[in-house]
Amino acid sequence: MSGSVLEIKNLHVSIEDKEILKGVNLTIKGGEFHAIMGPNGTGKSTLASAIMGHPKYEVTEGSIILDGEDVLEMEVDERARAGLFLAMQYPSEISGVTTSDFLRSAINARREEGDEVSLMKFIKQLDKDLDLLEIDQNMATRYLNEGFSGGEKKRNEILQLLQINPAIAILDEIDSGLDIDALKIVSKGINKMRGEDFGCLMITHYQRLLNYITPDFVHVMMQGRVVKSGGPELAKRLEEEGYEWIKEELGITDETVEQNA
Amino acid sequence: MTVETKLPFDKDYLEQFSKERNEPAWMSELRVSALSQVNTLEMPKPDKTNIRNWNFNTFKHEFTSGQAVTTTTELPEEIQAYFDEENKAENLLIQRNHSVAFSTLNEDLKDKGVIFTDIFTALNEHSDLVEKYYMKEAVSVDQDRLTALHAALMNGGIFIYVPKNVQIEAPIQAIFWQEDPETALFNHVLIVAEEGSSLTYLENYVSHNEEQKTVANIVTEVFAHDNAQVAYGAVDHFAAGTTTYVNRRGVAQRDAKINWALGQMNDGNTVSENITYLLGDNATSEAKAVTVGRGKQTQNFTSSIRQFGKQTDAFILQRGVMKGSATTIFNAIGKIEHGGSKSNSEQESRVLMLSEKARGDANPILLIDEDDVTAGHAASVGRVDPLQMYYLMSRGLTKEEAERLVIHGFLEPVVSQIPIESVRKQLTQVIERKVN
Ligand SMILES: Nc1ncnc2c1ncn2[C@@H]1O[C@H](COP(=O)(O)OP(=O)(O)OP(=O)(O)O)[C@@H](O)[C@H]1O
Ligand SMILES: [Mg+2]
Repeated sequence: MSGSVLEIKNLHVSIEDKEILKGVNLTIKGGEFHAIMGPNGTGKSTLASAIMGHPKYEVTEGSIILDGEDVLEMEVDERARAGLFLAMQYPSEISGVTTSDFLRSAINARREEGDEVSLMKFIKQLDKDLDLLEIDQNMATRYLNEGFSGGEKKRNEILQLLQINPAIAILDEIDSGLDIDALKIVSKGINKMRGEDFGCLMITHYQRLLNYITPDFVHVMMQGRVVKSGGPELAKRLEEEGYEWIKEELGITDETVEQNA
Repeated sequence: MTVETKLPFDKDYLEQFSKERNEPAWMSELRVSALSQVNTLEMPKPDKTNIRNWNFNTFKHEFTSGQAVTTTTELPEEIQAYFDEENKAENLLIQRNHSVAFSTLNEDLKDKGVIFTDIFTALNEHSDLVEKYYMKEAVSVDQDRLTALHAALMNGGIFIYVPKNVQIEAPIQAIFWQEDPETALFNHVLIVAEEGSSLTYLENYVSHNEEQKTVANIVTEVFAHDNAQVAYGAVDHFAAGTTTYVNRRGVAQRDAKINWALGQMNDGNTVSENITYLLGDNATSEAKAVTVGRGKQTQNFTSSIRQFGKQTDAFILQRGVMKGSATTIFNAIGKIEHGGSKSNSEQESRVLMLSEKARGDANPILLIDEDDVTAGHAASVGRVDPLQMYYLMSRGLTKEEAERLVIHGFLEPVVSQIPIESVRKQLTQVIERKVN
């Protein structure tokens, strides 16, 4: 067996004492592409943040295990080095730090001291990825995310994905704010990661992204839980019919996390 | 209140000191007259910092020579780190204690009449020129007790003169190396850029006295005549034992520009004043400064640009990182005088706190005596943004590495302005050492 396994079991997460996730179960394996859909405010980003270890989110119950290791015991940077990656819905701006300096630090963080990536090799790989994502060369010398347009930030997240090459990536609304061409380019970048050694969880509102990146599994989130799972056809049906039929099927009147199931 | 302190230096001592340097009569007289004023003048009063108990009076002053070298490779590595080995400095002066250890100036510039020499040689060879500017228009002898002390006891420094319309491309660099851990430095830097000329100057102050107590009392005077441009960079790095008073002033005439980029990395207590007078119309100045405070040191940085001319433009940028129980006060004062119409004045002071016990204060002040002007200011004292840390760490960077990047980013707007690559690197290393 190759590839990593991320197992999320009965995950409960609170923010400022308010429970947002109420028992999420999900397993992502190397080679698999998962999509999570769901109405606004149902806990999708919360799940992503809890997996990565966002300081504001408190896990009150359940477990997250990566290849047998307890992720919840790890600091944010340890989770990253263990193989997790999160393309954030709202990436931070880091003034005064160039994208390329930052990328080099991120790559070297995964290597032993004395075994840092050579500048030549780094630049070569960076140029290749910039080309693939059709990102202007000068973005590498601009300060990380500072003054980037919404779409540029998203592309930059995928640039980081390619450069860091994680085992499991979570992409939180990587398609939001992208124009049609950019969506194709970003999808091309993500598809390039496909392989036995890469598992992916995409959070999205739109079927459109899934036309370019076909998921193996589609999950629907409501009330802070995964309420329905299926194949790619589930996403298509959601695109056509919305969420009402699921709510009816499951007897849900208020899909937000405010409601206890 | 004036503090009556007995200084171990009298008129005879100064006259003797002056005579040994072969100084012109006017200099000897200036020293003696300054000394006579020391005890009647007040100490400077940097806003929000009490310096009454700082040591500005006890020090060894005797002229202390340092060994001269024939090539820079004879210098210790620590000093060599200040200049580019590949890109050998064409215009470099190294002052070791109070004497010149090494100096070089491009022949072509010499032919054009550029002067770049130590202050004592300048007093001998260009007495009239030095006298015309020395402690007159920019820093006056009787400004306060410390400027008077400086005038009386000046024991090092350089003079740079750039004739009319001479443009100097390569930077001019001076390294002031206090090798002797006890001797005080009363350093005077005098720069005159004649009409239409331009230069980039960079200076480094270095000392190693962690334990021994001494004083640095530094005055810089920069004169930019009509349409002249001066880019002034500095990295101050006196060790913890040195108490520093540094007063850097500039006077810009019509269409002139004076830009400062000061890396203020002293480890001892420091009072720094950086004042620029924009006298002529269209004169501009950017005054940028960074500091890292650590340990128990207390520092006070005042940057001020006073705008007299019309359509002048001034920008003050101060950035500080505070660690340990260090205290830093930033005062950024923009002043548009009556008559300075259509001028613009901006100040920005930001302090990043890395520890609970550190204290930082950022005070941008805007004083405007004219209606038709634009101005703006910004100030902040804050901690490292936890969301930035989360973002960086989510890419695998350790907490320390993430914090290091954020700090570098924070100081970058000033560090990037330091004109010589090797010095920029060296400053970056100093910052690294200070924040870790
Ligand atoms: N800092 C916070 N304080 C209080 N409530 C919060 C906070 N952050 C998130 N929430 C709440 O948690 C719930 C889930 O938010 P989350 O961001 O996970 O939703 P989402 O499914 O990603 O929505 P969207 O599709 O709009 O991105 C929302 O009701 C939100 O208001
Ligand atoms: Mg979201």
